Amino acid sequence: MKIIYTDTLVVGAGLAGLRVAIASKERGLDTLVLSLVPAKRSHSVAAQGGMQASLANTIKGEGDDEDIHFQDTVKGSDWGCDQDVARMFAHCAPKAVRELAQWGVPWTRITKGDRQVIVNAEKVTITEAEAAHGLINARDFGGTKKWRTCYTADGAGHSLLYAVDNKAISLGIPVHERMEALSLIHDGERCHGVIARCLITGELRAYIAKSTTIATGGYGRIYSVSTNAVICEGIGQALALDTGVATLGNMEAVQFHPTAIVPVGILTTEGCRGDGGVLRDKDGYRFMPDYEPEKKELASRDVVSRRMTEHMRKGKGVNSPYGPHLWLDITLLGQKHIDTNLREVKEICENFLGIDPVKDWIPVRPTQHYSMGGIRTKANGESPQLSGLFSVGEAACWDMHGFNRLGGNSLAETVVGGMIIGKYVADFGEQTSLVVDTDLIAQFGKQLQTEVDQLIEGEGTEDPFKLKASMQKIMMDYVGIFRNGPELEVAVNQLTELLERSKNLGLKCKKRHANPELVEALRVKRMLKVAVTVACGALARTESRGAHSREDFPQRNDQDWLNRTLTSWPDANSLRPEMSYEALDVMRMELPPGYRGYGVDNAIAHPDTQKRQQQVEAILAELGDDADRYAKQAALMPFELPEEYQPRNQRFTDTVAKTDAESGEK
Amino acid sequence: MSQARTLTFSIFRYDPQESGDKPKMVTYSLTEAPGMTVFIALNQLRETQDPSLQFDFVCRAGICGSCAMVINGFPTLACRTLTANYPDGHIKLMPLPGFDLIGDLSVNTGKFMRELSERLSLWLHPNSADNDIHRIEAPMSPEEATKLYELERCVECGVCVSACATKQMRDTFVGAVGMMKIARFELDSRDTRTADDFYHVIGNQDGVFGCMTLLGCQDTCPKDLPHMQQIAYLRRKMASV
Repeated sequence: MKIIYTDTLVVGAGLAGLRVAIASKERGLDTLVLSLVPAKRSHSVAAQGGMQASLANTIKGEGDDEDIHFQDTVKGSDWGCDQDVARMFAHCAPKAVRELAQWGVPWTRITKGDRQVIVNAEKVTITEAEAAHGLINARDFGGTKKWRTCYTADGAGHSLLYAVDNKAISLGIPVHERMEALSLIHDGERCHGVIARCLITGELRAYIAKSTTIATGGYGRIYSVSTNAVICEGIGQALALDTGVATLGNMEAVQFHPTAIVPVGILTTEGCRGDGGVLRDKDGYRFMPDYEPEKKELASRDVVSRRMTEHMRKGKGVNSPYGPHLWLDITLLGQKHIDTNLREVKEICENFLGIDPVKDWIPVRPTQHYSMGGIRTKANGESPQLSGLFSVGEAACWDMHGFNRLGGNSLAETVVGGMIIGKYVADFGEQTSLVVDTDLIAQFGKQLQTEVDQLIEGEGTEDPFKLKASMQKIMMDYVGIFRNGPELEVAVNQLTELLERSKNLGLKCKKRHANPELVEALRVKRMLKVAVTVACGALARTESRGAHSREDFPQRNDQDWLNRTLTSWPDANSLRPEMSYEALDVMRMELPPGYRGYGVDNAIAHPDTQKRQQQVEAILAELGDDADRYAKQAALMPFELPEEYQPRNQRFTDTVAKTDAESGEK
Repeated sequence: MSQARTLTFSIFRYDPQESGDKPKMVTYSLTEAPGMTVFIALNQLRETQDPSLQFDFVCRAGICGSCAMVINGFPTLACRTLTANYPDGHIKLMPLPGFDLIGDLSVNTGKFMRELSERLSLWLHPNSADNDIHRIEAPMSPEEATKLYELERCVECGVCVSACATKQMRDTFVGAVGMMKIARFELDSRDTRTADDFYHVIGNQDGVFGCMTLLGCQDTCPKDLPHMQQIAYLRRKMASV
């Protein structure tokens, strides 16, 4: 078996992985990326709407700053996130946007003067400042107080991925395409790299590195209908599970996006609603204001998805051969806006539905979209259990999203998390030496070889395609938007049964090189473990928080469940993972748990909440009225960042208001 | 509703790694479903009829550019091609020419695009003095940003390369994809390269002066990029250097 050595190994060539690779390469470390597909085809490319960063350039973002972005993110997470991480993120998001501008992203810019926009289905004129002309624009997205989502028309993911991959190419970072990492080499304490299989030749290879970063995206494809690319199958999470040591966090936290087209599940961006589109039922009635009078269509994603489902359950859905759906109406935005700012949406409607969204309503329903859960990491991106194993982006549970992610915060997480964690990965590469244990490498290589041999030569009878389809259906039917105990038990039992059956997979195609059936078989066993983990986490969590909504436990229960689910799979032959919980410390929170602003406020409070709230007030009172927001923040919850990212973010209002004063640095 | 049609797929099969294998066309039948795309059809064929069938899909939404192939003689993205577009129900699938064949309908566009990018330096060459990420960004005219995005929508699917007669005669020709990207950076006010710099890269037979102007690129580009206009623009620009 060929062994390739490097300093920094990154698995996954989407935005998060590439950004980490760039940070490492810029530090002079030998860096190598593995990818299932050419880097520019990674799922990051599909993000349409944009990324959140509190630049506050547009008049509708006036007054925005890191504090408000932080608060929106924590509320959006239903207080399930790690507030330190949310702070690190909110602070660095404007830096990432500006860095990307230097790497070539053609961010949509502000035009000074009057502009007509649609707000709450009405035409409104807003006036952009003269001095803001040419600065980076932002649009409205769900669950945010300000217009904060920076964008390039509706191809933000495309523009970002192309700019970042181009940067990686300019630095000469090699991407080994069509290489699938299938196991992590580790000794129980330290991760040494991966064993990967070439999808073209079938060759098994060991990649040995000081650090290994998993950036393989989410696990959406364990569901039958998902907006995710077909490669988002949770293999990265499975790699971590298979170590038996590393933990996954909050795997039951799965987001359903309100507006994917029916039946194929392709996303239409939240930008449709952000720019003024509305949802209608079978009678053409705009129903969201009845449920959420304040935020209407722009409530948080989990809330809108549940309201839509509720409304369809009342018989208000439009019947179709594929089940009921609702309408997304963007006709009120007009042809010019749709042709320029929602062009991908228009193309998708034309190609997959044969309709013109300038004139026709779009059939939509909530569809699996995002994995908040993932490989649990510390704030520096490293696994708490396996030294040298890092994870970033959707693959990780770094944990800025908690139980619900805000629109525009995932694209942001890829590049912001990538820039921060990239620094820590580079530090790790400088501070440690390569450990080469050839016996250990051979052992992991042999294990994978045996697995492949058994599939090819064995007498198994189970069809990998059928097992996968069964798993996807179970997840869809029983681990969806609304969940309950009895159904989740069915899911766990049936998935466990499938996992048992996956030990008896058999192949019709016996090729050892390019063999799609072998690829499917190797993946489906791993995906099933991920699916079981999600279902077990959902069954155990007897409360409703963010996107995890239990019909039998409708209240958010901070008293018992203000914690993070941790799952590992110590016994490879067992059919169930091991679960434990990590408490979130209310006494350290900058923003103690409160009302999220949707529906009835029925949360069961944590005993520390009131105490912390009083403490927060006392700390602020002691600081006095002179303290600025930075001092207040530092007093409430100091957080760490790599030194280079600590300076404050300058805003255009700083330059206008204080032309002579300090420039906003330090 | 009328009864579902039976579609006939004629698919190019060849595994270059299998010794003795020869290229051939194989016929498959499949019942059409409403809204069926070539993506859905190929997956059904793989799952139910032949698990060895090779093809590439990633986003299946017309965004990532993975799945270009020749469908009834026309190179295009398979994921967003509806089977309903073919009234007689006969669909012939061939791999995209001009790229290394991995097997069946799978070709190595990734390798091609990476090499092209390295050869033509297809990344922004910004002014390095301008790199303080803590300070307010440099303004750009809104019109320029819009124009840049228009040219940047290329998904590197390879359709233009496969439809290019010049490329078939001259292997080193950069193709419409290469020129579109050069045009994109040439337009970008943040890029420090001059027309002279670009001349060294594409001011020759492998670039703008090699194009025979048959414009297969313009006719087939799934993103409707203005290839004709950009090639003409670059040619005028390069001729004046």
